[in-house]
Amino acid sequence: MKPASGWHPHRYLPHTGAEIEEMLRVAGVASLEDLFAEIPADVRMKRPLELQPALPEGELLAHLRRLADKNAHADRMVSFLGAGAYDHEIPSVVWRLAGRAEFVTAYTPYQAEAMQGELQAAYEYQTMLCELTGMDVANASMYDGASALAEAAVMARDLTGRNRVVTSSAVHPHYREVLRTYTRHLGIEVVEVPHRDGVTPAGEVRAAVGPETAAVMVQSPNAFGCIEQGSALAQAAHEAGALFVSAVAEPISLGLLRPPGDYGADIVAGEGQPLGNHLNYGGPYLGMLAARRAFVRRMPGRLVGMTKDRDGRRGFVLTIQAREQHIRREKATSNICTNEALNALAAAVYMAALGPTGMRRVAEVNARRAHYTLEQLTALPGVGRAFAAPVFNEFVLRTPLPPDQLNARLAEVGFLGGLALGAWYPGLPDGWLVCVTEARTRRQIDAFVEAVKEAIVR
Amino acid sequence: MTRPPTTMPVIFERSVPGRIAAAPPAPDVPDVPMETIVDAAHLRNTPPILPEVSELDLVRHYTRLSHRNYSVDAGFYPLGSCTMKYNPKINEDAAGLAGFARLHPNTPDPLAQGALELLWRLEQMLCEISGMDRVTFQPSAGAHGEMTALMMIRAYLEDRGERRTRVIVPDSAHGTNPASAAMCGFEVVTVRSDARGNIDHAALRRATDGSVAALMLTNPNTLGLFEEGIYEVAEIVHGCGALMYLDGANFNAMLGITRPGDQGFDVMHMNVHKTFGTPHGGGGPGAGPVAVKRLLEPYMPAPTVERDGDRFLLDGDRPKSIGRVRAFNGNFGIFVRTYAYLLAYGPLLRQVSEAAVLNANYLLALLRPHFDLPYDRRCMHEFVLSGRRQKEQHGIRTLEIAKRLLDYGFHAPTVYFPLIVSEAILIEPTETESRQTLDEFADAMIRVAGECATDPETVRNAPHSTAVTRLDEVAAARKLNLRWTAGGGSGS
Amino acid sequence: MFPTDRRYTRDHEWAQKENGRVRIGITAFAAERLSDIVFVELPKVGAEVRAGAAFGAIESVKAASDLYAPVSGRVVEVNQAVIDGPEALNQDPHGSAWMVVMEMSAPEEWDQLLDSEAYAALVGAEQT
Repeated sequence: MKPASGWHPHRYLPHTGAEIEEMLRVAGVASLEDLFAEIPADVRMKRPLELQPALPEGELLAHLRRLADKNAHADRMVSFLGAGAYDHEIPSVVWRLAGRAEFVTAYTPYQAEAMQGELQAAYEYQTMLCELTGMDVANASMYDGASALAEAAVMARDLTGRNRVVTSSAVHPHYREVLRTYTRHLGIEVVEVPHRDGVTPAGEVRAAVGPETAAVMVQSPNAFGCIEQGSALAQAAHEAGALFVSAVAEPISLGLLRPPGDYGADIVAGEGQPLGNHLNYGGPYLGMLAARRAFVRRMPGRLVGMTKDRDGRRGFVLTIQAREQHIRREKATSNICTNEALNALAAAVYMAALGPTGMRRVAEVNARRAHYTLEQLTALPGVGRAFAAPVFNEFVLRTPLPPDQLNARLAEVGFLGGLALGAWYPGLPDGWLVCVTEARTRRQIDAFVEAVKEAIVR
Repeated sequence: MTRPPTTMPVIFERSVPGRIAAAPPAPDVPDVPMETIVDAAHLRNTPPILPEVSELDLVRHYTRLSHRNYSVDAGFYPLGSCTMKYNPKINEDAAGLAGFARLHPNTPDPLAQGALELLWRLEQMLCEISGMDRVTFQPSAGAHGEMTALMMIRAYLEDRGERRTRVIVPDSAHGTNPASAAMCGFEVVTVRSDARGNIDHAALRRATDGSVAALMLTNPNTLGLFEEGIYEVAEIVHGCGALMYLDGANFNAMLGITRPGDQGFDVMHMNVHKTFGTPHGGGGPGAGPVAVKRLLEPYMPAPTVERDGDRFLLDGDRPKSIGRVRAFNGNFGIFVRTYAYLLAYGPLLRQVSEAAVLNANYLLALLRPHFDLPYDRRCMHEFVLSGRRQKEQHGIRTLEIAKRLLDYGFHAPTVYFPLIVSEAILIEPTETESRQTLDEFADAMIRVAGECATDPETVRNAPHSTAVTRLDEVAAARKLNLRWTAGGGSGS
Repeated sequence: MFPTDRRYTRDHEWAQKENGRVRIGITAFAAERLSDIVFVELPKVGAEVRAGAAFGAIESVKAASDLYAPVSGRVVEVNQAVIDGPEALNQDPHGSAWMVVMEMSAPEEWDQLLDSEAYAALVGAEQT
């Protein structure tokens, strides 16, 4: 048998049969099989992998197109779905730039001198996120909003030496679930204050906090789209010596609404997907984490800092890495290593493309179109608003027929209706969470309202 | 790369008030004062200080930044334990299809059948390749997978009424292993490696008792060596009622050759970047799916992907689940790429590992006369050299050798890891590199080794040809500057 | 090489008695091994610490280490200058870059500490 027998040329593998034989000779190895001689024979596979035969490029893409076409995506259906992921317009420039192979096919910038592009982009992202949230420092990214919030709880525990966090039932259910998963084995107790009329009651938060409370963690706009009374909640936390952690699932709102840093947030944790990232059926997204200056040493994840090179030129490096797992190991602030650097870069391009004026404008268009839709829908018979609190770009309605049924009828005529809230909030079986972004035109909104009307009277 | 004469501006320095690079739509709904929509008390008073640039300004800025970045598409990236292999272009096209990229995670299952079918099929493939029974897609990176797996182990043991508090980690492990164990409330016990680079069986035996929940093992380990006594290791661990966890960072060395499920592992995570060629994005996004044997299935994060006849669905009704570890359905876009990668190889996946191990052994043969080789064994997909000789004879630190390689147009190997080798140089060529590239890299390494004797000053002050020269990390850490502030960026 | 006017721990802290109190710092060997120190975290005045337990942390660019208390007691002084300028730890670890002053609660612990000679031997062993 020849050393390279059985080798099949493949487009991703450069090796020819002749090269394999020569390389084996140089390495002093008899055959490809012999390369694995140190693996005990009885654990080796004695059959080929049972996978369907390799597909050539054309068939591969055709197969994936067939799968993609089975999905009711936001170009095929007019979408009014939100609830933690938002369909915003993404300027072409965002992924034309973030998608450049020099960024996409790079590793974590361990050799700073050769990776100034990624490092500077991350530094600029950190700056923009601080500006948007009103905070002092931001890290280079976390996995997603939910895990960022969970890490913020651990951070608050470490900063205060206290073991209880108080959150609200108006925080996105996935975020609360991840919070519980992360904290379960760390001796952190999660206390949940029930929402009242769609917002978190500051009085009950005040009653729930005490000397053991590390943080109060509230989302705004919350899982119902309602804007929380941030100042009062922050005050309730601070009076008990606890930190106030503000969760943000829709950062576009910060173009219009007061940033958490303005109303007393100590840590901001949230989801950056709406900032130029695709819906992607849930990921990759962008975990945002920002904090007050004094807390930087307890932050998890990578941080990029500015410095100088030997010739006095400005440059950027990963900094205060001693917090991180590769140095601190079991005493690290977190185990996070790989983050969502490329999504952070896309978010930075997005924020730079819009600038302060664009961010304000896009946020205003969200609010105005959502409120227009809210007015039109609540004018329909039997449709009412669930909560009176002010909202940004999504809101809860009570519908005269079960939301699932309503959505099914809407799907028949090309609409992705709002989220049927009953699955998340059993107390709201007729709750329908409708989201309207700047990507929905007046014409689409009017057609949607018409379709809802027909679905109801049908 | 040629050095620009001046410092690259940050984008804030390009800002001119009044410019904009995007055009949000007009509201086109009745104009009412904003205060009637949202209480004035909730409105932002001062706008964020964001760049104000034209579209071309923006394009030039990020294009120039991209030119200051090393990437696989531009050159060889022998970063050991990081597996910088080629990322197929078709996978980017696939993930960019509107049916995937524009699919909302809250889409009802009947309207997301293609996405669910993709995940279901991918799970079948990963089970076949790993020898495991089920896969969860929620973990978003390898470290996230480690944490998820350990939580499942803990839930499994507690369900059996066992309260085990310790996790064993070899001294050669990635730093994420002990950090992940700590996040699950486990105490970490470190066990040393023996002279051949395997986990020391006697030490493992001493450390393993009824208080141990799991052994976290990387195989092949971070030295690029296969655990020769893997069966015995599994026997020791299982004999005490503990579980075997595989850190799948080096799974790419054994695809189609040997399966973790057949080696005695109960649970593993996979790094889809390292194993299945998804791009690393300059630090992420990745994905760290966790594959389990049947015994851990009840504890998987909810929801799982299930098939019911010809329908696919998300099953959130899992009473023993550890719960979610992130929102929604994991890094789905990364799994589209993973799936496309596996379809492009099929059973030829075995050749990925063959070529990776061949490349590593070939490169090792070229370099071994010039550097110290702490573990002289047949390597798998990567190998560890030591710069001890260069340090002792010429006073050149391994860091400086790494920086000098940048001048030759190569990314440096991983240095100072694994921690158990002094002046470690961990080299992983990957399977997608050609013999010609390996020859050129070996030439560069050998020339740098020569320069340590003939021209140590040039090596010591490297790099010389990059956009910036050696950066002052100490100053960066002592005087933190983590954000730009107008007027010089001296703020924090 | 190591001053004889004080005692040492196996974790490379020094302790010096003065007026019934104990001044604590890290040794030159530890400072050198960590190389450029960029950050130090110390307890607040009034904190109670236990001998052998971590009471603070110290970081360089590439390494991090906990600080272990040589003796038990209450912290009565903290060197703010070291927190503000951790580079002092590389320049004068046995002098101006002391870290905390403590009031001992268990004076018998003093005898457990190494003298200069024993510590030098320990360092010699670690260097090989």
